[in-house]
Amino acid sequence: MATKTILNKEHINKIELDQLDRKERYTLFGLTVPYLALVLGLIIIPIGWLFYMSFIGRDETLSLENYERIWNSKAYFRIFKTTFQISILTTLICVLLGYPLTYFMSQLSNRWANICLIGVLIPFWTSLLVRTYAWLVLLQKKGLINSLAIDWGLWSEPIKFVHNTSGTLIGMVHIMLPFLILPLYANMRTIDKDCLKAAANLGATPTRAFWTVFFPLSLPGLFAGLLIVFVLCLGFYVTPALLGGGKVIMAAMKISDNIELYFSWGAASALGVVLLVVTMIILFIASKLVSIDQLGNRS
Amino acid sequence: MNTMKNYKNIAMTAVMAGMLSLPSVAIAKDLRIVSWGGAYQNAQSIGIFQPAGEAMGITINEDTYGGISDVKLMVKSGADKFDIFSSGAGSCASGGAEGVLEKLDYSVIDVSNHLTGMYSDYCAGADIFSVVAAWNTDTYGENGPRSWADFYDTKKFPGSRAMRSKVDGQLETALLADGVAIADVYTVLDSEEGINRALDKIRSIKDHIDVWWTSGAMHAQLMKDGEVDMTTGWNGRFDVAKKDGAKVSYDYKTGIMDWEGYGIPKGIANKDLAMEFINEMMKPEYMAEFAKYITYGPTNKKTYELGLIPDDLARALPSHPENAKHQLTISQDWYAKWRTIAAEMYTEMMTE
Repeated sequence: MATKTILNKEHINKIELDQLDRKERYTLFGLTVPYLALVLGLIIIPIGWLFYMSFIGRDETLSLENYERIWNSKAYFRIFKTTFQISILTTLICVLLGYPLTYFMSQLSNRWANICLIGVLIPFWTSLLVRTYAWLVLLQKKGLINSLAIDWGLWSEPIKFVHNTSGTLIGMVHIMLPFLILPLYANMRTIDKDCLKAAANLGATPTRAFWTVFFPLSLPGLFAGLLIVFVLCLGFYVTPALLGGGKVIMAAMKISDNIELYFSWGAASALGVVLLVVTMIILFIASKLVSIDQLGNRS
Repeated sequence: MNTMKNYKNIAMTAVMAGMLSLPSVAIAKDLRIVSWGGAYQNAQSIGIFQPAGEAMGITINEDTYGGISDVKLMVKSGADKFDIFSSGAGSCASGGAEGVLEKLDYSVIDVSNHLTGMYSDYCAGADIFSVVAAWNTDTYGENGPRSWADFYDTKKFPGSRAMRSKVDGQLETALLADGVAIADVYTVLDSEEGINRALDKIRSIKDHIDVWWTSGAMHAQLMKDGEVDMTTGWNGRFDVAKKDGAKVSYDYKTGIMDWEGYGIPKGIANKDLAMEFINEMMKPEYMAEFAKYITYGPTNKKTYELGLIPDDLARALPSHPENAKHQLTISQDWYAKWRTIAAEMYTEMMTE
């Protein structure tokens, strides 16, 4: 008898617990409803709409003409090539500049680190257009940098910094750097310094301790930043338009051109779809090559 | 459950707030007009928009826009952003063909004194401008490229060049440089081979093209900053830049004439008022005042006949007979037929 009561009690407890568990799950799900509604309303439906419209031809019927045009033209291929080239280069330069700086910041005391962070954030808060024009003023043929350098005899002919790829890269790196630094910094601050001490205790040189302990632990932050930078770069419009001098034509610029040229959403949508699909393929391959989840677990 | 409800409410409120803020209702006796910004819109604003608004007792709100594609975006998405836009004749024609513009009512808008062909179903012509070859007088003095052959001759005129990043008004320069007579330009361009002939001519100087400009403000700035030694561009912008101290000059012998006017997006609430306002803007006194701020000629013949423009200014305008006689006039028909194909071929050339 006694055992049975206990079993019963356990059973009742289990039901009670299950109910509570379910209720909690529903509440948690309820909390995500606003966000899910937004994602559905602002991302899923519009992207579905975009896909649909990319199959609408000029005569408003279903057709593949928008994709045929992209497939048959060398110009579109080159534009996509430029888009990815510029995005990859910008990301690489951001990593080369941003990683050492963030590492340096993560080793500072809180006070100094915060001062450095403000230094990173101030340009981040300035309008993108203003910063882009500022580069134009600084870097053009008779701009500040060329005039000063020629006055000081550093070089005799003005160097063409802007209206080409280098100008575009300078502008874009400047704009994207905080997007790399911020997630990376958040990650590096959480790395336990005792791990490095332990490595030193086991006889690792500072360089070895950095590469075998600190660097792998910072990878999740680095990849997060890298992805944000890369994906944002793919959609750049203003900076390449102003600093590229028409020599750097990226997908976003062609999308805008096509709306004007074809008077149809389809011609522009198809470009957006191709860009989206190619980006997803690249990200998929990248995630297979470096398993981001695993990196996350290790930290 | 309560929390869930709250979140739902917040989400609903957010969505509804978003929907409410979308269509802004225009108040009558108030017109919104958009143009290209810079020296051009400045001249329109001082010379035409504001005084014409005052004369009719209405408030004119101005903004800039990005061209006929903005009109299309606005009409197709049902937004209500502006009532009148300033636009090239060709863009209006294509917008009209796409059904996003109101047909202009010429029983309201008086064009009886307009120059022949300077108004169309969807565009009431307001000014005449020229695409010219402008040069930096620091580099070439007074002996700059006075013909398109000079512009394309990198031996005789070494130096950096700029051309437009869009096809409009550019292929003509290449054919004129290639020795095609003014009368034959559009006949030659009337085939893909002809377009390729023009593109090949541009390809031959591509290494010398430092910048592909995207707006009038940009090519004016390029000349002001001495960023390039010569560029294609709109005459009035160069004159304004010159007034501001830029070392720039041009010759109407390179001129390619085109005209600009006003159009109305389809379905706006203030359509009738917009028509009346365009009619007001067609009056010669506004066109004369406008020309004082930027050297673009009037489409209304009365402006000359009434002697509203001083002789020395008249001589500086693209449409003055002495200047017009050298010039090719842009063919709207050619652009209606070939613009899309030519634009893709032009982009292809640019990205090579």
